Amino acid sequence: MTSRPVDREGPDRLYVVTGGRSRADESTIDIVSLIVSECDPTPGMQSEHVKILRMCRTPTAVVEISSELDLPVGVVKILLCDLLDTGRITARHPSSTPAWAQLPDREILKQVLVGLEKL
Amino acid sequence: MDLKSSEQATRTPLRSTAANGLKIVIVGGFGVGKTTMVRSVSEIRPLSTEETMTRAGVGIDDPEGVQNKTTTTVAFDFGRISLNDEMVLYLFGAPGQQRFWFLWDRLFSGTLGAVVLVDTRRVEDSWYAIDRLEHHKTPFIVALNDFGGPVHGLENVREALSLSDGIPLIHCDARRRDSSKTVLITLVNHLYALSDTQESTP
Ligand SMILES: Nc1nc2c(ncn2[C@@H]2O[C@H](COP(=O)(O)OP(=O)(O)OP(=O)(O)O)[C@@H](O)[C@H]2O)c(=O)[nH]1
Ligand SMILES: [Mg+2]
Repeated sequence: MTSRPVDREGPDRLYVVTGGRSRADESTIDIVSLIVSECDPTPGMQSEHVKILRMCRTPTAVVEISSELDLPVGVVKILLCDLLDTGRITARHPSSTPAWAQLPDREILKQVLVGLEKL
Repeated sequence: MDLKSSEQATRTPLRSTAANGLKIVIVGGFGVGKTTMVRSVSEIRPLSTEETMTRAGVGIDDPEGVQNKTTTTVAFDFGRISLNDEMVLYLFGAPGQQRFWFLWDRLFSGTLGAVVLVDTRRVEDSWYAIDRLEHHKTPFIVALNDFGGPVHGLENVREALSLSDGIPLIHCDARRRDSSKTVLITLVNHLYALSDTQESTP
């Protein structure tokens, strides 16, 4: 293959500065980050935000929100950034593998095995 | 039937203590049994969603540098297994076709590992997926889904796939929970063995 599309993506893609505040970075949100509401929806709130706040009364993964709202994962991440910025939600990010590590933590693997054996 | 609202009615919430999401990806060609495998072990009915990526490309014969944009969309499905109070394992069924790999890093970076699901009647369908996983340095195992017909010796399949000896290759029946469970356990044991060699070779 000759085209290398990923390399062509500019670093400024979707970069938005909102009113001088530094904005929550969408790239730190993983598709299995678990989102938790920190407040109830308020009148006048954007309907997607309302749905997210309702769903996330219990921890809910980003992909589950995406599936439920019927929106692509990337769009959901942008919505989540808005809510993170204003403290309406918090995110529990995966503790697994930093990008440079080739393999997951052995302690995690042991716990995964124990969990799977119970299936 | 309005699928979305009926799904909502039956949505199974995670425990309030859930804090650590993990990923395993099941990759394979069309109709190879990816969704079936996810369903057989998942605690929820498989859900589906999609991701899109818009890429700006500049044509080679284009002195003006006019950008042409292409949008790539891939659909995938997933299920989940609550492993304990904190850990939730998400299983993704992902199509192995070319455009999908543009989104691999964005969707599946940090994944524990992958299962390549192979239909023995169409072994060559998996070459590309295996090549890409090696490229992305994602550890994987290979599972041969049993669709009946002649039973293929594992050694023949290993040869047809040019799989190195270190990569586990097993038979499975994606429709059976215990069989799919064995596939997942084989993968995690493989990851554990790999981390063992990594630790002992500084
Ligand atoms: N005999 C047999 N049939 C299977 C097995 N696994 C799946 N099937 C059947 O094969 C068909 C395709 O399975 P799916 O799970 O939908 O395959 P998939 O990989 O998700 O397919 P796509 O998402 O369309 O690419 C279904 O009719 C399954 O019932 C198996 O282990 N043995
Ligand atoms: Mg499928």
